Amino acid sequence: MEENKENKVDKTGKISRRQLLGGALAAAVLPVASSFTGLVQEEVPPVAPADPTKVQGIPPGKIGTRSPFENPARKASDISSRSPLQDFYSTITPSDLHFERHHAGIPNIDPEKYELLIHGMVDRPMKFSLADLKRFPAFTRTCFIECAGNFRRGKAEMTPQEILGLTSQSEWTGVMLSTLLREVGVHPKAKWFLAEGGDAALLTRSIPIEKAWDDAIIAYGQNGEAIRPAQGYPARLLLPGWEGNTNVKWLRRIEISDQPYFTREETSKYTYPVNGKIRMFSFEMDARSIITYPSYPQQVQRGWIEIRGIAWSGRGKVTKVEVSTDAGKTWNDANLQEPVLSKAHTYFRHLWQWNGAETEILSRVTDETGYIQPTLKQLVDARGADIGGYHMNPITSWIIKRNGQVLFKPEKYK
Amino acid sequence: MNMGFKRAGLAIAVLLATALALYFIFIPAQGDYPKSFGFGKTATAADIATVDFDIRPDGKGLPAGEGRADSGRVIYVAKCAACHGADGKEIKGVKLPGPPLVTSAKGKSKTIGNYWPYATTLFDYVKRTMPYNAPGSLSNDEVYALSAYLLSANKFISENTVMNARSLPKVVMPARDLFVRDDRKGGNEVK
Ligand code: HEC
Repeated sequence: MEENKENKVDKTGKISRRQLLGGALAAAVLPVASSFTGLVQEEVPPVAPADPTKVQGIPPGKIGTRSPFENPARKASDISSRSPLQDFYSTITPSDLHFERHHAGIPNIDPEKYELLIHGMVDRPMKFSLADLKRFPAFTRTCFIECAGNFRRGKAEMTPQEILGLTSQSEWTGVMLSTLLREVGVHPKAKWFLAEGGDAALLTRSIPIEKAWDDAIIAYGQNGEAIRPAQGYPARLLLPGWEGNTNVKWLRRIEISDQPYFTREETSKYTYPVNGKIRMFSFEMDARSIITYPSYPQQVQRGWIEIRGIAWSGRGKVTKVEVSTDAGKTWNDANLQEPVLSKAHTYFRHLWQWNGAETEILSRVTDETGYIQPTLKQLVDARGADIGGYHMNPITSWIIKRNGQVLFKPEKYK
Repeated sequence: MNMGFKRAGLAIAVLLATALALYFIFIPAQGDYPKSFGFGKTATAADIATVDFDIRPDGKGLPAGEGRADSGRVIYVAKCAACHGADGKEIKGVKLPGPPLVTSAKGKSKTIGNYWPYATTLFDYVKRTMPYNAPGSLSNDEVYALSAYLLSANKFISENTVMNARSLPKVVMPARDLFVRDDRKGGNEVK
């Protein structure tokens, strides 16, 4: 999917002028055949000409590529891939680095055949083609999507990507679900809707109808272009601030109902133990922050360090991020990068002079509801020691060793 | 149609009343929208029937057909055991491709036996996406039989209980009482 279209050898086997002129770029990316994807890139160390002012550069092309010196990459397992949060300078996640989580792989959907069906407790059940969806008044919004299971810990050698790389941010475009609901006419007794994906998992979630009237979007655009297949092409449900799994991708059907369905994804999964009970329909992502610089495996030097990171809340705007450079004894307000958007990753920065002594740095966010990001201990105290992996948003600390090494501080709670 | 329009108006009024002024930065004003844009087509009963097979805890959506644990076991061995284990139980130190489906005394996993609140979810899920290597390939009778097998292996029904649209929603799953709605509300409180 992310193959380099600029550097293909043409059908006759001749190497194009583009490649001859390509210099470093062409050399860095050699297309090789693979039975799986057809064409994948094999990386060789990039080489730049000694003096780039003395050779012609690459001419304009159809599809751009990254500098061969930059290799940000997701970290993939069988079921998900994580965004390299430590590599981002601001809050939009490049679409090809957006995290992925799917239950039956990425389906290949023909946009011409795509249809969204809305039925159930409506006056007129209707189906909308992709072209139909695009004719409705459109709406664009920047917000994060975070997987409810975005919590890893256990050892000191962990990057932000490994700890909580299941959160990403895009500028999404689509039609408000409320616009479509006006079109079908919803019965006054409707309380929920079921959203179903068109992948082999036919993933389903029950969503309170208020969210549909509030800010739900049927999104077909991501960062200005068509949504990526891994993010739900050709159209997905977007529920700003709500756990990733409810943002059903490849959305093919919405059924309006007066009760929830208790699907497998909202009973067996995406529920978690709380003091002997099991909490379900846990939708909003509570506020969270992480320092992405400095972080493992970076190395810092004594002197001025700009501490940087991201903070977000599924309940609205970030109002404050505090940074501590003395293991939480004292806190300083970080600068928030404007504009601060509701339910969106917000970049923060805090200037600090490190004196070279071993210390611990950490951040904590406050959102507009007054919620303050808790410690792991506070979460365990509130929920019991048998916490699951869902909806965990504890403060993340980094230890800075005297030699400048930065390590994740995994905390014990049992 | 009219209803929807009123409902939308109401929703907007509610938003106003609750003074969530913030939302107006994001939500486009729909006041100037026509009653209907006329985009899209009316869906026929046939359009709906081909994709609508979700099942609610009250049994709504369950199809005709039936099955018992003995035939379910035969299907299980042929189509499920490779990934979920010979008897669906967790095997210590072994990670199978699929999660365990039957609770065992020693097992620690969340399974149908100790964690699922509704038997209808089992039918719905297996019908829509299992077996993993051939999703959606099972007949309704097969899914009833597999449900009977897995529910009896988890000791919720006897080996002879027939599972169909009437009996399946009646199966009582003890975990149901453990499930509570989320009560987190934001604000200065950790829940
Ligand atoms: C090729 C391997 C494979 C086969 C064969 C298979 N499954 Fe699965 N099954 C899985 C995987 C993998 C999952 C987890 C899917 C996910 O969450 O994304 C799963 C999940 C399940 C679950 C949900 C378990 C839970 O606790 O949430 C049930 C129930 C289930 N399978 C039943 C069946 C039945 C019945 C069959 C036989 C008809 C079957 N499976 C065949 C791989 C398989």
